[in-house]
Amino acid sequence: MREETITLEVTRYRPGHDSEPRTESFAVPYQKDWVVLDALNHIKDQLDGTLTYRWSCRMGVCGSCGMMVNGVPKLTCSAFLRDYYPGPIRVEPLANFPVIRDLVVSLDDFMEKLRRVKPWLIRAVEKPVSEGEYRQTPAQLEDYKQFSMCINCMLCYAACPVYGLAPAFVGPAAIALAYRYNMDSRDEGYKLREPILSESVGVWECTFVGECSVVCPKGVDPAAAIQRSKVAGAKDWAMAMLMPWGGRR
Amino acid sequence: MTVPQSARPGLYYPKMPLGWWLRRPNYIRFMIREVTSVFIAIFLVVLLIEVHMVAQGPEAYAAVVAKLRSPGWIVFNVVALAFALYHTVTWFKLTGVVQVVHLGERRVPPGLVVAGAFVAWGVVSLFILYWLLVRS
Repeated sequence: MREETITLEVTRYRPGHDSEPRTESFAVPYQKDWVVLDALNHIKDQLDGTLTYRWSCRMGVCGSCGMMVNGVPKLTCSAFLRDYYPGPIRVEPLANFPVIRDLVVSLDDFMEKLRRVKPWLIRAVEKPVSEGEYRQTPAQLEDYKQFSMCINCMLCYAACPVYGLAPAFVGPAAIALAYRYNMDSRDEGYKLREPILSESVGVWECTFVGECSVVCPKGVDPAAAIQRSKVAGAKDWAMAMLMPWGGRR
Repeated sequence: MTVPQSARPGLYYPKMPLGWWLRRPNYIRFMIREVTSVFIAIFLVVLLIEVHMVAQGPEAYAAVVAKLRSPGWIVFNVVALAFALYHTVTWFKLTGVVQVVHLGERRVPPGLVVAGAFVAWGVVSLFILYWLLVRS
């Protein structure tokens, strides 16, 4: 009996050779328990060893294997072939990012933005270790917990038309992480992050398309983080206008 | 997409096609929400002209009202009303996400925040309707 196959239409781009990406089709075995990443690994192992893509954990934790699957940003380790049967399945590099080779995109822009929002706990004065840990109630944890689930997979950037049109936009994941630390009761870095969030390419660039939250594989709601940061920014602005000493947090 | 200043040689910089917003239902809904603003803006400009004409005297105002009774303007007003409702409903549905309301230690469920916005909208609308009917 002939083995059933499904076709993958994969974007190929060789720097220095191709002026723009082209599509190459591969027929891979159709296995109901295979994900798109398994199919790519099959292509690399059995059909064309030059195919280039990123992956690591295969379990939706590391955030490396994000690609466009039929035009939608997905972690390919969580995108089952059976959901795209009978195919073909279009696999492209993450949208809105420069392509380095085949399905690999450049992370430089995102990494730089991530650094800018200072996604770590900032204290005015660090207390010595001997004084013990910074304690937090379950309610305080709940304020930011979902935003701490981000795995930096950048699917939200690929889904964001604002980022596609205006690449200077700080973007969903970086702002969600800034918000995550701003909402953390142990953090005192709000004033240091606020200038980055309130600049023209910060939260105000967002037009609330909302697709970032739809595609997030970890249930984070970056759109909510951005809008709530707008509310906080607007409150700060109003307080600065109305109160004699600025009334800033 | 505009190629950033720091474009590196060898990388391929994708461009956003003009029809990007047709690619996904959520993008189309977003564009409709944006376009509604244009109609609401035109409606407000017309309203300002009406107010201005009231100040010019009864004849000037009557002339504007007569113009606005033409079928074209009535159709425009119906479309503007539909868009205003669409804009308001989609906006209010998002309030649960945007506005975190706490009662003491507990967070008010987002559904209740949305319901609150709709109830407030209804109350204000009924009040305005009542006020207009009683006045006229």
